[in-house]
Amino acid sequence: MSVETLLARPLRMINLGLEVFAREMEAAGAEVVHVDWRPPAGSPDMAALLARLEDE
Amino acid sequence: MPTRALVRRSFYQDSMVLMQAAAELRALPGVREAAALMGTPANHEVLAAAGLATPETKTATASDLLLAVDADTEAAAEAALAAGARRLDERTQAREATGRVLPRTLDGALRQIPDANLALISVPGAYAKLEAMSALRRGLHVFLFSDNVPIADEVELKRFAARQRLLCMGPDCGTAYVGGVGLGFANVVPRGRVGCVAASGTGLQAVASRLAALGEGISHGIGVGGRDLSAEVGGAMTTLALEALGADAATEAVVVVSKPPAPGVLAALEAAIAAVRKPVVVCCLGATPRAGAPGTWVTTLDDAAGAAAAAVRGESWAPRLFGDPAAVRARLAGLQARGSVLGLYTGGTLAHEAHLVLAPLLGAIPHRIVDLGDDEYTRGRLHPMIDPSLRESMVREAGDARDVGVLLLDLVLGRAAHTDPAPSLAAAIRAARARATKAGRALLVVASVVGTAQDPQPLAAQVAALEGAGTVVLPSNAEAARFAALALVPDLAARLLGGAR
Repeated sequence: MSVETLLARPLRMINLGLEVFAREMEAAGAEVVHVDWRPPAGSPDMAALLARLEDE
Repeated sequence: MPTRALVRRSFYQDSMVLMQAAAELRALPGVREAAALMGTPANHEVLAAAGLATPETKTATASDLLLAVDADTEAAAEAALAAGARRLDERTQAREATGRVLPRTLDGALRQIPDANLALISVPGAYAKLEAMSALRRGLHVFLFSDNVPIADEVELKRFAARQRLLCMGPDCGTAYVGGVGLGFANVVPRGRVGCVAASGTGLQAVASRLAALGEGISHGIGVGGRDLSAEVGGAMTTLALEALGADAATEAVVVVSKPPAPGVLAALEAAIAAVRKPVVVCCLGATPRAGAPGTWVTTLDDAAGAAAAAVRGESWAPRLFGDPAAVRARLAGLQARGSVLGLYTGGTLAHEAHLVLAPLLGAIPHRIVDLGDDEYTRGRLHPMIDPSLRESMVREAGDARDVGVLLLDLVLGRAAHTDPAPSLAAAIRAARARATKAGRALLVVASVVGTAQDPQPLAAQVAALEGAGTVVLPSNAEAARFAALALVPDLAARLLGGAR
C-alpha cells in the first residue's frame, strides 16, 4: 500500500513494544493489535539472519 | 545494607512497565534503591553502577527479568522483592483475565488484522531494525519509536521503504499523526488542513498544539526522524512525505520542521518543496535560506504554526516576537534578574530553539541549555516526558547554583507523557526558589507548555499549577526564551517589545 493510500484510509495498526501505545492509539480511535513481543532467542544479528531466511 | 535480587527466567516486560515496577519497589518501607530490568548487557552495567549487582542478577540473560533492592534490613529487602514479584504476577493475571489472546509475532498479528497498514515499533534498539524490516517486507508502513538505532540500519530501512513508496517514520522521533490519530507522544489536536513533515517529535507537537490554539488542525504529521536530512539518509522520507502531502486532498498547506539539512541534501529538499503545489512553510531551526529558496522560511516553531495558519486562510503573515507585548511589559515590571540562564528541557527541538533565540540576545551573558531527552540522560531510565524525576532534582539544585538567575523550562503534555507533570514540577520550582531566597538571591523561573485543552492533562490546569509556584508561563518556547533575555537585559525592551520598558 503506497503512502498516498495510507493517508486516505483509516489507520489499522500493529503495535510491537511498549503496551502503553496500544492503549493510547485505541483511545485515539485506531484499530490496534498489540503483539506480546519478547526478544528472539540468540543475538539480534542471528535473529535478523533467521528472519531473512524465513522471508525468502 | 543488604542487597537482594530475584530473577524471573524467560519473563519479558516492556521498559515502561519495568519503570513502574521499580518506582513501586522504591516506595516500599525500608527500600533505599531498587531496579526492575531485563538482563541485557547494558542493564547489567546500569545495575553495577547503582550498586545493585549480586551473584543472582549476574545470571540473568536478555530474556530474564530481574528485580533488585537495597534496603535497610534483610527483612525489608525480602518483603519488597516478594511484593514486586506479586505485582508482576497480578499484571499477567489481569491481562489473561481480559480473554484477549495476544499474538507473539508480527505474522500472528497480521492473521488477526490482515488489512493492517502501519506497524508502531518501540522494541529495544538492538531489535528495532529486525522488526521494522519485517514490517516493511510485509507492505506495512512503519513508525519506528525505538532509539539507539545505528544510522547504517536507518539508511537500509529507509532505502528499502522508499523503493516500495512506504513510510518509515523515525527513529528518534516520538510523534506522528496519521489520519487524525496521534502516534507516540502526541497532543490531542483537531483534524485540519495543515500537513507537517517533522524531524523531531517535540517540534511536531509544538507546531500541532500551536495550530490548535490558533483554531487550525493537522491533516497528517509525518515524523521523519532527526537524521533524515543527514548526508547518509539523504532526505529519503522527507521527500516522500512532501510528495504524499502535496497529493493529499485534505492538506492545504505544509510545514517542514527540521534542523538545517546537510549541504548535499539541501538541493533535494528545495526541489521537493518546489514540487508541492501548495503553500510550504519551512522551519529549519538555525538555517538561513538562500535568496530565492522555495517556500516561506521561518525561524521558530511558533512562527511555523502562525505562517501555516495564515496560509490556509489566505491571509498575509508577518513574524511577531510576542503575541501580547503589553502583557509581557506588565509582567516584566519590577523584575530584576541577574546572572546566567539555565535551560532544563525535556524536548530536544525546544532546547535547540531556545539556544538559537537566546544566543544573539544575551551577548556576553552565559546560557546553558540542557536537553534531558538526550541519550546521555536517558541511559537506563525513561524519557523525561514520562519520568520527570531527574529534571525535577536538577530544578531543585538550580536553587543552589549561585550564578543562575533565570531558569528556563518546557513542559510537554499529551498522550503517553506523564499523566500529571505540573504539580511535582511546581513543587521542585518552589523548592528551588526557596533555596535561592534563603541564600539571598532571586531565581526567576520562565516556562512554556506544549499542550491543548483536549490533552489528558488539560493545558489550563497545568499552566495554573506552574503559575501557582511563581513561574512566568509564556504561550510558546520562543516567547519564553525572549522573556528570559528581557528579564536579564532590560535594554532589549525597545527591540523586542517595540517601546521603552
